[in-house]
Amino acid sequence: MKSNQIKPSEITDESVYLKRREFLQLTGAASLGATLTGLPDRATAEIKNLNTIASKYSTSQTPNSWKDITTYNNFYEFGLGKDDPERYASSLITDPWKVTISGECDKPGDYLLEDILAPHQLEDRIYRLRCVEAWSMVVPWVGFSLADLLKRFKPNSKAKYVAFKTLHDPMQMPGQRRRVLRWPYREGLTMSEAMHPLTILAVGLYGKTLPNQNGAPLRLVVPWKYGFKSIKSIIEISFSKKQPRTSWEMSAPREYGFYANVNPEVDHPRWSQARERAIGKGLFTAKQPTLMFNGYSDEVASLYSGLDLRRNY
Amino acid sequence: MPKTNTLKLVVLLTCLIPFVLLVLATFELAGQSLGANPVEKLIHELGIWGLRFLLITLAITPLRKLGGPIWLLKLRRMFGLFSFFYILMHFLSYAILDQSLNWPMILEDILKRPYITLGMLALILLTPLAITSTNGWMRRLGKNWKKLHRLIYPIAILGVWHFFWQVKLDTTEALVYALILMTLLGYRVLTSRRIADYWRRRNH
Repeated sequence: MKSNQIKPSEITDESVYLKRREFLQLTGAASLGATLTGLPDRATAEIKNLNTIASKYSTSQTPNSWKDITTYNNFYEFGLGKDDPERYASSLITDPWKVTISGECDKPGDYLLEDILAPHQLEDRIYRLRCVEAWSMVVPWVGFSLADLLKRFKPNSKAKYVAFKTLHDPMQMPGQRRRVLRWPYREGLTMSEAMHPLTILAVGLYGKTLPNQNGAPLRLVVPWKYGFKSIKSIIEISFSKKQPRTSWEMSAPREYGFYANVNPEVDHPRWSQARERAIGKGLFTAKQPTLMFNGYSDEVASLYSGLDLRRNY
Repeated sequence: MPKTNTLKLVVLLTCLIPFVLLVLATFELAGQSLGANPVEKLIHELGIWGLRFLLITLAITPLRKLGGPIWLLKLRRMFGLFSFFYILMHFLSYAILDQSLNWPMILEDILKRPYITLGMLALILLTPLAITSTNGWMRRLGKNWKKLHRLIYPIAILGVWHFFWQVKLDTTEALVYALILMTLLGYRVLTSRRIADYWRRRNH
């Protein structure tokens, strides 16, 4: 190959270039903001900027700081403490990453992450996040519609549920050496939940790639359900006829159900779900009331018409 | 005796270190921080220290009987009072910071959440012990003082149980506290006069 030869794929077309310039201006402002809020260098070391567009599904609420979102995590694969994931998740290798698609669909197979992501335009999705432990944040995810991805694999008429699995590798995920949950972490959605426009797969945060502790390189985000439904570091997506069993359901079925919709009227057996502690508001701010479906009732309540939410918690 | 007073002062200041660190962390001073969820962290740390001081208080008698120095006994009251102090702060931070002094909500929590019921009961039982810890009250209550202060045993059980029941998934840490408590209480049972008499009778 001659040294001056340029492959067509290496030529950047003008629209992409302009978009990129606009983006660099935006992220320039963002990184200035990050400097002012005292963003740690370590966490941003391998983090790349992403090309994103705004989404009509975003909330107008102010997101939590990068620091809060990346240092206060439940990701038991790296330990049980909230600060364990930030400390230990660097052992996770996210490149290369493969996702297996299986079950009731026409195009099962192993796909590289690049191929999974290629056709999708990434969007900024600023969503409320409500943890089952009665705390909440507002998170500026970067992601794309799960429905758009699932359609590519042509699920057949038998596909009623979608099941997800996290990587299981105690070498990379030291928390898996202890059987606090049945590994790998498993989650699931009904087909209509998975196809809902609010349901996304996230690959980033604040316009940048996801830090490992937030579920890199690919995680689910279902904003009207308790946080534990939004499974992290996904390696398998499968279409199934039957309702899949989930890790928390297997571990404590009386406390964590399959649906896990945010619901202020149905208490956790050991604590109230009526109110939540908003992270980042300091020591002296009162808890705020929790909203039905985490404030996404208008969009999702119809999915559950006729379902007894007290029994199907 | 000046030597005892110096010892007591040193121990007093040592026992205050966790509290001072938490105050510094509350105001983000001296590199201390309570993290992203400061209310949860503060409540948890105060509770844990209350439980630790409770177990330290219960460890004095066995340590002394196993040949520990006599001055240990002079510190027991202080450890007990620090336990009360941290547990009271634990409750106040819950009532003020977590519940914003919403008394109907607090009452509902106490009645509906078993682990909070246990913790509240422990604090209620601990309060008269703190009040009657002075020399004056010891004199006034005479023989009854010792009877009253035996409440420390059920209080410690309630405290560990309270910790155990609020854990979400991993009970290891709570079980370590339970094991220490069982050792401290077990020692008392095995060395009690009644048990000793029983063995003497059997061997003769």
